[in-house]
Amino acid sequence: MSMTILTVDDSRTMREMLRMVLSDAGFRVVEADDGINGLEKLRAEPPDVIITDINMPRLDGFGFIDEVRRDAQHRAVPILVLTTESDAEKKARARRAGATGWIVKPFHPGKLLEAIRRVAA
Amino acid sequence: MADDALTHIKQTYFAECEEQLAELESGLIAIADGDRDPETINAVFRAVHSIKGGAGAFHFDDLVRFSHVFETALDNLRSGRIEASPALTKVMLRAADTIADLVTATREGGAIEPSSYQSVLDELAALDANGGEAEEADEFADLGFEPIVVSFDDADMDAADGAVTADGRNLFTIVFKPLRSMYRNANEAGLLLRALGQIGDAEIICDDAELPVLQDLDPEESYLRWRIRLTTEDSEDAIRHVFEFVEDDCDLQIWPGHCDEPPAAVDPLAFLTSADDLPAIAQDGALANAEAQDRAVKIAPPIVHAAAPTIRVEIDRVDRLVDLIGELVINQAMLAQRFVELGVERGSPVALSLDEHDRLTRGIQNSVMAIRAQPVKSVFQRMSRVVREVAAMTGKSVRLDMEGENTEVDKTVIEHLTDPLTHMLRNAIDHGIESPEKRLAVGKRAEGSVRLSATHRSGRIIIEIADDGAGIDRGRVREMAVDKGLIAHDALLSDEEIDELIFHPGFSTAKEVSNLSGRGVGMDVVRKSIQALGGRIGIASRPGHGSIFTLSLPLTLAVLDGMIVKVAGETLVLPLASIVETLQPKADSLRGFGVEDKLILARGAVTPLIDVGLRLGYRAVHADPLGCVVILVESERGGRCALLVDAILEQRQIVIKSLEKNYGLIPGIAAATILGDGRVALIVDVDAVIAGHAGPHQSVQRIQPLQVSA
Repeated sequence: MSMTILTVDDSRTMREMLRMVLSDAGFRVVEADDGINGLEKLRAEPPDVIITDINMPRLDGFGFIDEVRRDAQHRAVPILVLTTESDAEKKARARRAGATGWIVKPFHPGKLLEAIRRVAA
Repeated sequence: MADDALTHIKQTYFAECEEQLAELESGLIAIADGDRDPETINAVFRAVHSIKGGAGAFHFDDLVRFSHVFETALDNLRSGRIEASPALTKVMLRAADTIADLVTATREGGAIEPSSYQSVLDELAALDANGGEAEEADEFADLGFEPIVVSFDDADMDAADGAVTADGRNLFTIVFKPLRSMYRNANEAGLLLRALGQIGDAEIICDDAELPVLQDLDPEESYLRWRIRLTTEDSEDAIRHVFEFVEDDCDLQIWPGHCDEPPAAVDPLAFLTSADDLPAIAQDGALANAEAQDRAVKIAPPIVHAAAPTIRVEIDRVDRLVDLIGELVINQAMLAQRFVELGVERGSPVALSLDEHDRLTRGIQNSVMAIRAQPVKSVFQRMSRVVREVAAMTGKSVRLDMEGENTEVDKTVIEHLTDPLTHMLRNAIDHGIESPEKRLAVGKRAEGSVRLSATHRSGRIIIEIADDGAGIDRGRVREMAVDKGLIAHDALLSDEEIDELIFHPGFSTAKEVSNLSGRGVGMDVVRKSIQALGGRIGIASRPGHGSIFTLSLPLTLAVLDGMIVKVAGETLVLPLASIVETLQPKADSLRGFGVEDKLILARGAVTPLIDVGLRLGYRAVHADPLGCVVILVESERGGRCALLVDAILEQRQIVIKSLEKNYGLIPGIAAATILGDGRVALIVDVDAVIAGHAGPHQSVQRIQPLQVSA
């Protein structure tokens, strides 16, 4: 069975890019446009990997990761954070909140898939 | 990546940019007006951040560079490093305009000469005196999270004989000890070891010496340590890359060769890493608490304005659906007609099924039309830029207020609103609003005001542009009309009739054509473009107090609730939206007026009675109202009129077929439709019919022949 990946990003462009690369690689993709919707999707359909943006309305990436880790059921789901090169401080904060790894935007499709392989079986 | 998929994502990106730009602008305007809600600033920041993110993905480098500087300034505003001020919002609004231009240029495959916006970049950078420093600090901090490249060239040389195999592959020894935090973040040692196995031949030994007896075992603690002997063609960088995500969550030692102990000199990182971890772990609890509180605040409000999920579809698909449903509605009507012809009883099961089918068809039709409906917001928001630019160019101070931005109207109507609105706003500011000195002299506030509003009224959307300027200079308009031969020098015209003159082709009151309102188009072009949308434009002006332009447009260009009537043997359709009531005229309610005009007493008011057949030229003399039906209608200007028709046939929804596209423009006729029996029926343009009878429009009609002769 193919892995399900939840992408959480308020940018449609970014979600579409992720979807294109991920579905081409055979993953099932579920999308959410902010942290709150991300949590809803997560509960409706537990993913194998989560890819989340940081800057989002309503509930940002830090809050989202924190909330995911708080839920015993999802403590072990790998979470990759989408960051830009200059987001060093954010990367650190995301890691403290419980992020598993990060993908630097703009991402290279190969790097994205490699990052996923590195955190998920 | 497939090209068409990329093209599609690019389209999404630009569509999204439009939304982000609107968000950016409205947010900045709110901030300029004193809004200090952190969420407003956040939204503005996110808008630029998203534009930058996508631009980076497509390598739109100019856009990335500009948005990066803009984003940095916004981030400083967001974090409170700099404060909002009129000067700041002014620069940011200029930056917003620039980024909008960059997006447009990029979308069209062009570019903007960077020197043209260098001043904006400089001003953005100047907003934060420490901006440069902050940037550097940021980059420095970044190093902590990228793989630290340490040169092992010397070590390689030293250990050369022991670190390289006979076939030239590198030998490494790796000691990997995860920390508790690594597992907490859902990283798995097993996956990392597997990844190591993929870059070379790995001999892995697990060291479980720290594993306690079962009753002392903390299931979330990390007890295991691995020693790996790796033979690989890759360098140490490749190994570090495997551990990139967990660099700070493990003790990691790597040294060349397959000896058991690391050479003492080559391990500066081990100390740094473990020392760093201690405070990080200690901080964890405190941060988690602080962030939990932070989050509690953040989570609470969202439920209130949870956005409904959306999907995006190409407009072509929706239009195909609209067309098909139009055909379905017509077919439905034909089917109903056949039923009647076949003598099917109204209450019979088959007729009831057809009724149900009819109800469903309308339901589908309404739903599809609702898909095409969009709030006028997108157009309105663009107008703030127009106002800013024109105000800046004319040296006037103008404030734009908007109302009813969420009023919805068909997408096609929206798409065609930008040009006329832009032109009218330019006019309002250029000709209407006085200079600050003049305004102060007549006791007005130095800042002029323009109000743009939208509302739904009798099945149409009414858009008003009101300014508090000088109003129309009627003396001057009259003078010009006489000069141009539009009216006779002694013509008797009411104020309204003079105001209407500005819609005449080529008419311009500006003493010289300014490069703003001028641009070679007059209000007649605006009127034509509004009329092409099935709309109308009117003006009301008070000298010294300002002018109000009123646009009235149909909500949709595809369907109409109509009343089918019979006039002089012709079948016509009257839009239901304009009908107030229908009545049978009685002799004592009729009054004669002049030679041919008639009046009728309806609802306690004397109303002009217009014979539609006479007006449209189907008959030569006024029909006898007795025995006919009177339909009381309301024009979008609020005036009432009584229309005389021979009989009412039925009331139904009709699909509008454009006459202009298929035939040509006919005064008094708005469009056509196909009826259930397959015949074509014309849809009456009620306002034009009324206007042809009385009121200000009439004078325009009278003037037209003059203009022809001129």
